[in-house]
Amino acid sequence: MKNEWPLWEIFIRGQHGLSHRHVGSLHAPDAELAIKNARDVYTRRNEGVSIWAVEAVHVAASSPSDKGPYYEPSESKVYRHPTFFDIPDEVGSM
Amino acid sequence: MYAQMIKTARSGIKPREEMSDQERDFQDKIDRDIKIEPRDWMPDDYRATLIRQIGQHAHSEVVGQLPEGNWVTRAPTLERKAILLAKVQDEAGHGLYLYSAAETLGESRDELIRLLHEGRMKYSSIFNYPTLNWADIGGVGWLIDGAAIVNQVALQRTSYGPYSRAMVRICKEESFHARQGYDAIMKMAFGTPEQKAMAQSAVNRLWFPAIMMFGPSDAESTHSEQSMAWKIKVKSNDELRQQFIDQTVPQIEYLGLDLPDPSLEWNDETGHYDYADPDWTEFFDVIKGNGPCNVDRLQNRVKAWEDGAWVRDGLMAHARKKAAAKVAAE
Repeated sequence: MKNEWPLWEIFIRGQHGLSHRHVGSLHAPDAELAIKNARDVYTRRNEGVSIWAVEAVHVAASSPSDKGPYYEPSESKVYRHPTFFDIPDEVGSM
Repeated sequence: MYAQMIKTARSGIKPREEMSDQERDFQDKIDRDIKIEPRDWMPDDYRATLIRQIGQHAHSEVVGQLPEGNWVTRAPTLERKAILLAKVQDEAGHGLYLYSAAETLGESRDELIRLLHEGRMKYSSIFNYPTLNWADIGGVGWLIDGAAIVNQVALQRTSYGPYSRAMVRICKEESFHARQGYDAIMKMAFGTPEQKAMAQSAVNRLWFPAIMMFGPSDAESTHSEQSMAWKIKVKSNDELRQQFIDQTVPQIEYLGLDLPDPSLEWNDETGHYDYADPDWTEFFDVIKGNGPCNVDRLQNRVKAWEDGAWVRDGLMAHARKKAAAKVAAE
């Protein structure tokens, strides 16, 4: 049986109440050790206060060929941004 | 550098008119500084060259722990020992970031390690030199990691996204390595005459191996062209070497040590230091496996890997058993 440890993707929540953010990957035999290894590799300089580990095979990803159909439509929808609308100065900040 | 003499699968640059539409789109992205990501289309040669370069870079980080590990139990104070341990631990992490980057290209870490152990992949020539006295440890941090930083700062702009992101992280930590090394050397250079002599000896011995790290001169660097066009390599060997020398000479002068190469001299015309080339015969000899420590280094790596096999296998067996028990309980 192939004994290479599976790959895990590691997410860390930084100090300031932000979301967990992807920081890198590592190998570990199971979830418990993935978190312990992540602690050793990715939080040695106060980088975080919480760790998520997800086995890489469970990450579903969009395909590069979807780039056009997925993301181009929003380019023409400038009205989705607040700056699209001119509000008179007299109204005050909005 | 940490990756030296990386062969590109072809010599010279593929002319635009010979490129397929896909290749042209790919090159256009690179020219516009758009990063290439793991699932994007890429030419096979680009992938193969990157795997070789990132793999060699990863191996260098890991083998680089050995010359320093030699001094962990001999560090002069508890503080220096803790600092050295932290640095060696960082190198293991750097190896991990880089193996992970290579894995996004479809090459597993175990496979890369196998190729290293079979002598089919290399690590940087620099780690085949011994660390003979405590000042060498300062010298490794300051000069060797200093040279690595020059290369790695440039590589933050490399075209492959995962490699570039690994470089950003590594550079932050390397800066600690260089500074702790210079700090250790300062203590010795400004210490007793014996300490100063040890610092001088370290600088004298490490200088040429350090400037060899950037690889042969551009004129002889036949594989660079395509790598530069693909932005796998961002600056030429000679450019990086000159940058390292220009920043390092004043640091040696500050220590009050003699320059390790009598031809080092500021050149007003070029705005750079002139320097003597290292002995390239020695470089190629070390690359071929005949450096002072090649055999030792590889033997130690293989031994560590083989001695650790029962731990890796045992933990994997435990994980499988636990997973099976969990399924049974559900």
